Amino acid sequence: MNVNYMFSLVAVLVLILLAYAGAGAAGFTTFFGVFIPYLALVIFIGGFVSRVMDWARSPVPYRIPTTAGQQKTLPWISYSYTDNPSSNAGVVLRMILEVLLFRSLFRNTTVEVKDQKLIYRLEKWLWLFALAFHYSFLTVVIRHLRFFLEPTPFFIVWLEKLDGFLQLGLPGIFLSGFVLLAATLLLLARRIFSPKMNYISLASDYFPLILIIAIAATGLLMRYVAKIDVTAAKELTLGLATFRLAVPEGISGLFYIHLFLVCVLLIYFPFSKLMHLGGIFMSPTRNLANNSRAVRHVNPWNYPVDVHTYEEYEDEFREKMVEAGLPVEKGA
Amino acid sequence: MSEMPKPKEVLSGLDHRPPRKGWMDTPVDIRKGMYCYAANPKSVEYLGLPHAREWNPLDDDWKLPENWQEILHKGFKERLDRFRSIKVFMDICVRCGACADKCHFFIGTGDPKNMPVLRAELLRSIYRNDFTLSGKIFGKLSGSRKMTVEVLKEWWYYLFQCSECRRCSVFCPYGIDTAEITIFGRELLNLLGLNIDWIATPVANCYRTGNHLGIQPHAFKDMLDFFVEDLEEMVGVKVEPSFNKKGADILFITPSGDVFADPGTYTAMGYMLLFHYLKERYGFDITWSTYASEGGNFGFFTSHETMKRLNSKMYAEAKRLGVKWILGGECGHMWRVIHQYMETMNGPTDFLEEPVNPITGTKFENARSTKMVHIAEFLADLIKHDKLELDKSRNDHLKVTFHDSCNPARGMGLFEEPRYVIRNVCNHFYDMPANTIREQTFCCGSGSGLNAGEDMELRLTGALPRANAVKYVHEKFGVNMLACVCAIDRAALPTMTEYWVPEVDVTGLSELVANALIVPGQHDRTTDLRGEDLPGREEEEDGE
Repeated sequence: MNVNYMFSLVAVLVLILLAYAGAGAAGFTTFFGVFIPYLALVIFIGGFVSRVMDWARSPVPYRIPTTAGQQKTLPWISYSYTDNPSSNAGVVLRMILEVLLFRSLFRNTTVEVKDQKLIYRLEKWLWLFALAFHYSFLTVVIRHLRFFLEPTPFFIVWLEKLDGFLQLGLPGIFLSGFVLLAATLLLLARRIFSPKMNYISLASDYFPLILIIAIAATGLLMRYVAKIDVTAAKELTLGLATFRLAVPEGISGLFYIHLFLVCVLLIYFPFSKLMHLGGIFMSPTRNLANNSRAVRHVNPWNYPVDVHTYEEYEDEFREKMVEAGLPVEKGA
Repeated sequence: MSEMPKPKEVLSGLDHRPPRKGWMDTPVDIRKGMYCYAANPKSVEYLGLPHAREWNPLDDDWKLPENWQEILHKGFKERLDRFRSIKVFMDICVRCGACADKCHFFIGTGDPKNMPVLRAELLRSIYRNDFTLSGKIFGKLSGSRKMTVEVLKEWWYYLFQCSECRRCSVFCPYGIDTAEITIFGRELLNLLGLNIDWIATPVANCYRTGNHLGIQPHAFKDMLDFFVEDLEEMVGVKVEPSFNKKGADILFITPSGDVFADPGTYTAMGYMLLFHYLKERYGFDITWSTYASEGGNFGFFTSHETMKRLNSKMYAEAKRLGVKWILGGECGHMWRVIHQYMETMNGPTDFLEEPVNPITGTKFENARSTKMVHIAEFLADLIKHDKLELDKSRNDHLKVTFHDSCNPARGMGLFEEPRYVIRNVCNHFYDMPANTIREQTFCCGSGSGLNAGEDMELRLTGALPRANAVKYVHEKFGVNMLACVCAIDRAALPTMTEYWVPEVDVTGLSELVANALIVPGQHDRTTDLRGEDLPGREEEEDGE
């Protein structure tokens, strides 16, 4: 039992109840269907932009890339183009690998003591779960654009075909939703059951995970189990997108819970660690070329400092220097 | 070292499972053997740094200035506005745990606060409380807490248990760099006069005399003159190092540790023999400086400003002497400072020329702006163009492995140059396992100013991952020599090997080169630069 994940679990349950009671039972459907979504969007976009602007306001005084490969030096030594980029093109490639393939996480190892020795093993599970989680989430988000666009753009149709390639069941199964739920559950289990992870985890690590699990679970429920009136739901969402507001009757409480949790995620996003989405692009150990000896990097606040000049040095030691036969500026 | 348990006991007692009680509820226990003594107030004062006083980490009362919390808060804010790195790194960690077991201090001690993520959380918890909305609203649930004397002591203890090696930052999916966080944290501690003496006194020495050890100019010359005598005996040639020479081609700067203590001294002798060779064969004129007689920069472990103050001497001296460019010796953090900070801080360098090796004609394009070349780059270029006469069989008694020093590895990317040089001067070279070298190299356990005597347990346990890998190649290939390109390594690794792998000795790169170098006019050379007989060659001497 751990207060951090219990708190997060309770918080998500309260949010679910709030939406169910508010939109389902009390019938505040306009509030939950229109007002909260717009508010969430405004806070998400405003918050995200202002956080990134805030980071950008602080300068990068030194060029401090983490060099994870051979530097570019002598022409006959081949160097690591992406792990130790010397050019901006290399940096772009390094960032692409980092953002799209989680390059650094892929290096992960784990250590244990065995027979008086340290043994290291490759540990790719975190990388795999993380990749599965992020890509399935992205797929789900893109698929959901169909609710805000009419007619449905071709790329969503393609994506749905790809996502539903198993062609199982009716409605057809989209893999992404299930992968999303599984990956987040595994990531949560890792946090709870690995002693090391449990030790370093905060409530703010459990909360977004449990929130996303709840979002995925309610989504899957609506599609496959307690099926909702999709036409009515789309009327509402399309109304939001086109500012022709409509709150049709007969949308189940489950839908409002799902929508509300998504809104909470959007509102929570800019104030949380989820901002790593923007932060990764701003990380000076990754987004700079390792060329600081070839091209001078300028620090905008570089200020003059007190130094001990050669003159002061010679003044103190002149006699000894002359005696030792060391050259001096001023004859002793 | 007498209080240090046996290696076997350390390994059997090693437990990486965290305690049940949360880290915020576990107060710091400042333990003997794991910390360094407080800064001598005279050293702090000499540099004009604030709040110099006598204090003892073991005392309850650290004699903090009355408004210490205000000083810290203001210092924190100023640095958030100056360093995007700090701001981003405070905000975006998701505690994925990838860094947790990448730190040599965590691997060697099992202390959970040595997991890089928690080291950073020690500061982040205060950041959230002082600078974020969620921290203010949700308090401890959001991982925030108020600054107290207890927290300050925890900062001090664990920020001086990080060697700024950047290994964790290689594995972090966002590139969060604990070195950056430690540098920043130590800078804050220095606002309250809370440095350690192993850093503060070398810094004061360096400011005054030009080097960390406080060697005055005449004594510096004397020490090199000793090496001249040694070299004359062991090689049979009289080398003539020049000092503070105006109009020399090149200024050479290296850590002062190498003129002071074994086995660094043999590296220094290696430089001198090499420079003699280049002078005799090619007329290449290299001078040493007594004013800029320190390559290392313990200011880097104090604050950005102190780093800049010490570093300024390199360019100032190069300008005064009118040299063309600067050659840098073997040192770890020195090269991070030169490579990633120097010209930004103390440039531009219009008074120097773009570095060209006149012997080979090679333009060092990668150093065209900073105008400082690493000795391994320089040597690799000379060897590639066949400009050094070498007899690599003179190193045949050695089975060599190479320790990548943290800073040249992860703050520069110097991997192939030293290996190329070693392969050309030694017949037996074996790399350690892949996840312990190059960008994944392990610290010697004593970097960033922690190589004192009183924190020996910290140093030896922190050196465990490096020692473990050395032991592996020792057992598998019979490796008996650990080569490195760092003066702190040369000071620290012999202590490490003595404890963990006593059969292995430590050398600098330039010592290996000088051993193999065929110098015009040399005698039979039946010994290496250490005066030790070379197996198979001593008989010739007997026959005479």
